[in-house]
Amino acid sequence: MLTYVVRRVLLLFPTLFVVAVIVFALAHAAPGSPFDPNPDRPLPPQTVERLNRYYGVDRPLYEQFAMYMGNLVRLDLGRSLVQDRTVAQIIGQQFPVSAQLGLQALFLALAIALPLGVISALRQNSAIDHGGILLATLGTTVPSFVVAIFAIYLFGLNLGLVPLVGWGTPKHMILPTAILALGATAFLTRITRASMLEAIRQDYVRTARSKGLSEQTIVVWHVLRNAMIPVATIIGPATAALVTGSFIIEWFFAIPGIGREFVLSINRRDYPLIMGVYLLYALIIAVANLVVDIVYGLIDPRIRVSK
Amino acid sequence: MSLLEVKDLKTQFFTRDGVVRAVDGVSFQLDAGETLGIVGESGCGKSVTALSLMRLIPQPPGKITEGSIMFDGQDVLKMDDDDVRGIRGNNIAMIFQDPMTSLNPVLTISRQISEALELHLKMDRSEARRRTVELLELVGIPSAKKRLDDYPHQFSGGMRQRVMIAMALSCNPKLILADEPTTALDVTIQAQVLQILKDLAREFRTAFILITHDLGIVAGMTQRVHVMYAGRIVEKADTGELYANPKMPYTWGLLRSIPRLDEVRKEKLVPIEGLPPDLISPPPGCKFEPRCQYRKEICHEREPDLIPVPNAKPDHEARCWGTQRVPGGGWLVDLDWQSEIGDMAVLEQIKAEVAQVAAEAERATPGDLPPGVSQKEGI
Amino acid sequence: MSLAAAQERAAELNVISRKQRSLWQDARYRFVRNRAAMFGLVVIALAGLLAIFAPVLAPYDPTATFTAGGRQAPTLADPFWAGTKYVDPRYALGTDQIGRDILSRLIWSSRVSMVVGFVPVAIVFLIGVSVGMLAGYHGGWIDQILMRITDVVYAFPDLLFLIIIFATLRTHPIGDLMGGLVLMFAGIAIVNWVGMARLVRGQVLSLKEKEYVEAARAIGAPATRIMSRHLLPNALGPVVVAVAFGIPSAMLAEGTLSFIGVGIRPPTATWGVMINEGYQVFSTSPWPVLMPAACIAVVMLAFTFVGDGIRDAIDPRMKI
Repeated sequence: MLTYVVRRVLLLFPTLFVVAVIVFALAHAAPGSPFDPNPDRPLPPQTVERLNRYYGVDRPLYEQFAMYMGNLVRLDLGRSLVQDRTVAQIIGQQFPVSAQLGLQALFLALAIALPLGVISALRQNSAIDHGGILLATLGTTVPSFVVAIFAIYLFGLNLGLVPLVGWGTPKHMILPTAILALGATAFLTRITRASMLEAIRQDYVRTARSKGLSEQTIVVWHVLRNAMIPVATIIGPATAALVTGSFIIEWFFAIPGIGREFVLSINRRDYPLIMGVYLLYALIIAVANLVVDIVYGLIDPRIRVSK
Repeated sequence: MSLLEVKDLKTQFFTRDGVVRAVDGVSFQLDAGETLGIVGESGCGKSVTALSLMRLIPQPPGKITEGSIMFDGQDVLKMDDDDVRGIRGNNIAMIFQDPMTSLNPVLTISRQISEALELHLKMDRSEARRRTVELLELVGIPSAKKRLDDYPHQFSGGMRQRVMIAMALSCNPKLILADEPTTALDVTIQAQVLQILKDLAREFRTAFILITHDLGIVAGMTQRVHVMYAGRIVEKADTGELYANPKMPYTWGLLRSIPRLDEVRKEKLVPIEGLPPDLISPPPGCKFEPRCQYRKEICHEREPDLIPVPNAKPDHEARCWGTQRVPGGGWLVDLDWQSEIGDMAVLEQIKAEVAQVAAEAERATPGDLPPGVSQKEGI
Repeated sequence: MSLAAAQERAAELNVISRKQRSLWQDARYRFVRNRAAMFGLVVIALAGLLAIFAPVLAPYDPTATFTAGGRQAPTLADPFWAGTKYVDPRYALGTDQIGRDILSRLIWSSRVSMVVGFVPVAIVFLIGVSVGMLAGYHGGWIDQILMRITDVVYAFPDLLFLIIIFATLRTHPIGDLMGGLVLMFAGIAIVNWVGMARLVRGQVLSLKEKEYVEAARAIGAPATRIMSRHLLPNALGPVVVAVAFGIPSAMLAEGTLSFIGVGIRPPTATWGVMINEGYQVFSTSPWPVLMPAACIAVVMLAFTFVGDGIRDAIDPRMKI
């Protein structure tokens, strides 16, 4: 098991390297330099030249890449082209906001989805089941920013219950957290319900019943244990969904997280920041998938032994 | 008093296309310690009969619509759910067809066996564990103690079915229902597993019902055989009598389709032509009539009853106009069925097996329990 | 439940009605009986008609400015919005922040959505099925390369990768072709073809072992024939489902990118662009945002209903 974990951790690096190469290549495929004459922000030509030299933009591409990777190894992600901060500083200051938002949403999603999915499956075709299916369909189908638009319109503009944008107080957090959680909730509810239904009609449940166990014991010991395996594996993709969902929500609600910074940096073509944040996202998702694989090995004896 | 008395059992499934009469008026009885085979093709209702006995029919779409199941003097169909659970695994246990899927993949073997011990016999964990080791040794699992905390996927198919047998025996049930217990196993393993089941059932004085599509298996296993077709019993007899003197053309068909491994047959293995009938709208007369090569007009018009047949032991019954001396019937009574069925070598072998079972049953009549062993304690 | 057990069970219950239908007939029967799916299909058909006949149906030029300097409330009543002041019967759904007719823009937007939904998915289908078949059937280095690409692509979240592509290539000449549409097609196709190829590969790998394929090979059928006659038709079920869900997800990608301002470039009207532009004045006049948002929601739901319907029809057991 330990060697497996170590191997998986080591495998993270080539993946991240490829991500870095591709993002770097794309960033430099864009024509011109970020300091090209801009009608909105006219810079004197000498300044542009100095800036280009300062940031190494005038050097050959491979040198720039070697420089970037060299710095990356020392965890130096470079400086923002637009703000007077390093990328690491920006991430350090703004990532905690995103992490809080994401974790709140993940826990909210789990707290709703697991019971809802289980009850839906156990009480098929009941009101709860229909409600669960409706939520799952809407949540996986309607994009979060569309939900956000209607939620803001209703709760913010018309009812005035919550502030429209911003971050800090619980009142500010309710709507963004709930909307970000919606997609993950829907997704997890769907998976939970489906894998419960799958587990319930397995032969071993009939065997358990033939032993005279109560329905409650059967559900807890025989059905849930099996049904949770696919659910646990889905937490990796769910984390990815929360990360990507988060920048849209942050952008929409003007939350000072790293996601909003990411969108801003894209519109400003602030390449070091784009690359830094992208690598961070890739790392988060790779680690989430790694954790899921390890957890999977722990809860499913069939996997555990074969490793 | 019989251990089990099933009367006019009807189990139906309510589907989009109509009502499926999976079990349609089945009656039989079984004494304590007795062994019974229920034989028929896939879809004849034999598994549903077994599941009905334990009220394990999924509902909906299934429902036991009529009949009574008297077990130990109580009607299983009238019990409340708690009482039925008290019987399941405790007084009636079941062995399922596929040991690959019938064991829970995420629970250890010992957990799955101990569960019933803790529930029904109120054992504590360590006691149940000790007992589990004994049971596993009993069914012939090598180094049982070391394998307690293994998971089902670490066992081979035959070993898993032994685990299933150990599980079924765990609470010393009075009746074991074995539903195609060896169909999913290799032929060589089949014999071993059946032998274990037979030996242990005799040792524990447990009655069992062996459900199978293979008449060849039943011969060496049970004292009596019931042949089912389209949700009904179509022929019932002592095993010896059934092989010596089968009456119904469907039974002949089943006998004809027993394969033999040790000899090149001169005759072809003859399958029964056609498919079992649609149980939503079955044929009006005898259910086997559309596939029967001996059919006459009357078979299409009215369904025969299950009644004793002439030229046979008194408890040999068949549901066939050809065997019944009634106006328009009886044309099969004097037919030389042996020339109809062909290969006699199979029958000779089967008869030998039957004789062995009869002799074993003779030896193991209740009353000569080993000293110090009560019925409930078993070994 | 094992296959044997399942067959035994099906036979035991005798549920299978004996009316003989082919797999696809059976699937169509189940699909047509699915009310949500049929509803979705109707909505999609209507959206398709809007898209095709946009030049005829749209009352105005979607990029022309009419009520210069002033946005206008919809003529239709807006029950929640007390701020409705200017009602002009000429613009049924009002005008947007720079005075363009919202109804015309919505109609033209459906064109972009449909094209963005179908074109990249068609590309994904062609590339994914060919590569997947080759990799699954021949294995070897094609398979190796595919699996390595898969590893990398799976490390990128789709949407983030699309954003990177757009953030960097938008200003490139390629990003300018057809107002960014060409880049949108290419980007969505690049992100999604690998998933399709993997799906097909997996299908082919399992089908390859089936007896009828062995039999075809045994009688010397050429590889192309085995692939086209035996593998493709049998692998098609999950592929059709993937295509059905691929269309709305491509539309959503366009909507999201345009919403954060890096997708299709104005003045081309798309629902995402409309939301992005209208959002600046959302707090004072929400309708230029609410209407495209509603359009996205309805079309996405319609496609999901159809996708669910197709999946349930093809394989009722494939529930997720």
